[in-house]
Amino acid sequence: MENDILRIENFYAYYDKTCILKDINLKFAKNRATSILGPSGCGKTTLLRCINRMHELSGGASVKGRILLSGKDIYTTEPMIVRRKVGMVFQKPNPFPTMNIYDNVIAGYKLNGIKLKRSESDRIVEESLIKADLWDQVKDNLYKRGTFLSGGQQQRLCIARALAMKPDILLLDEATSALDPKATSNIEKLINQLKHSITIIVVTHNIAQAARVSDYTLFLFMGETIEYGKTSELFTTPKDRRTEEYLTGKFG
Amino acid sequence: MNDMVKKLKLRQIQDKLFTAIIGIFSIAMLLPLFFILFYIIKNGAAAINWHFITSLPKPVGQTGGISNAIVGTIELIGIASLIAIPLALFTGIYIKEFEKNKLAAAVSSLTDLLQGVPSIVIGIVCYLWIVLPLKSFSLLSGAVALAIMMLPMIIKSTYHSLRLVPESLKEASLALGTPYYRTVIKVMLPAAASGILTGIILSVSRVAGETAPLLFTAFGNPFMNFSIDKPVNSLPLLIFNYATSPFSDWQKQAWGASLILIIMISVLNIISKFMEHKWKTTY
Repeated sequence: MENDILRIENFYAYYDKTCILKDINLKFAKNRATSILGPSGCGKTTLLRCINRMHELSGGASVKGRILLSGKDIYTTEPMIVRRKVGMVFQKPNPFPTMNIYDNVIAGYKLNGIKLKRSESDRIVEESLIKADLWDQVKDNLYKRGTFLSGGQQQRLCIARALAMKPDILLLDEATSALDPKATSNIEKLINQLKHSITIIVVTHNIAQAARVSDYTLFLFMGETIEYGKTSELFTTPKDRRTEEYLTGKFG
Repeated sequence: MNDMVKKLKLRQIQDKLFTAIIGIFSIAMLLPLFFILFYIIKNGAAAINWHFITSLPKPVGQTGGISNAIVGTIELIGIASLIAIPLALFTGIYIKEFEKNKLAAAVSSLTDLLQGVPSIVIGIVCYLWIVLPLKSFSLLSGAVALAIMMLPMIIKSTYHSLRLVPESLKEASLALGTPYYRTVIKVMLPAAASGILTGIILSVSRVAGETAPLLFTAFGNPFMNFSIDKPVNSLPLLIFNYATSPFSDWQKQAWGASLILIIMISVLNIISKFMEHKWKTTY
């Protein structure tokens, strides 16, 4: 594999006594997009939430093993620091309803009490919105509430908010499942643009979407890694029977 | 076929009848309120003038005012709010955020219990706690009694307003690396602000009319009082004392004071309605 930024080693995740992820060993390539596919309940969202230590926020959650971000174990790092380096976009767009668009983009700094010069925050807001392909649509309404935007725009605002923190990795947890086809295709375009400058990991239910946006694909089943490889290879010549059956719609 | 049409007609009549009945009952329920307002305005309006609002009570036979009671009510509520709001806010956050915790569940149930404690009992307790040790009826003891009455209402409104804040918002904040306490203060509280403020105002307007807890605490005072360790007058106390007096001009003043109290409470209610709409968070 190419230059990897994230390594998962002998990793287990639990809810109370239930084992959700079993002995996961993976490497994620830097500045590439990776999709995590699998049927409901296979642990894909849990895996994603372990990468920015959001999993442990649920009561009864625990983990075993190591996740190394640029060689450093995130489970021995402060979770706040990990989450600033690993941005996350959720299933349902969740801009802060009490903030305007500008403040939403800069929210990561504001909420953390990081003081920025006006010119600097202006620059971060503009850059992030341009990257999220939203700048042209909102530049005249920066001081309006973020919740007045359409669903797709709200989701891109959330992407801009995550990008503003300049993370190493961006996690998308079924980020298009609440959006209409047009907005979905816009987000997919965006992922394809972004993946040259940031590592993206996408959890999706949509097999075609994984094919369209990702360089690598991981197929998870019952908390185990079944198959992991280049998207082009995994989709055309799956090695495992279960992968093939899932991709062809026999289950899942 | 004919049967179906008949049944349909019958149903339409039943619908109309039902609508009429709930309408009539709703209006009937408002009647007592209108009567109360009517009597208070009719009897109270005559008593109210500038002199009434700005001067101190005078002995029977001379026309006095109720300025000390108006100021006393504001003092009592102000100090009660200073005590109750922070306590209740933190408690409300605690029982929402640690819902699964046994202690939080206990606190929540005890809050309901506190809401059911008769106000006169709260007055007696404050008498034992504060009036007896300090050997004097006081503004402080009255304010503490009112604060205790305000607590459950603010705690519950904080709890319910925070529960309406979607979990996804909390996650959005945490995922940006925001520490937990800042997430609560900067994301969740602002999103719940309209509900919490409404609860605070309603609790204020609720205790503004309380008499019983003040009988053994604030006690009443014919003079203006600004010190925390001296007895103080309040509108409901004054109404209670004047209305039960044998003097017709004091009884008249009690009507006037009732009208003033109702106006104060109505203003608070209007403000709370306004805030509920104006600051409501839409997701």
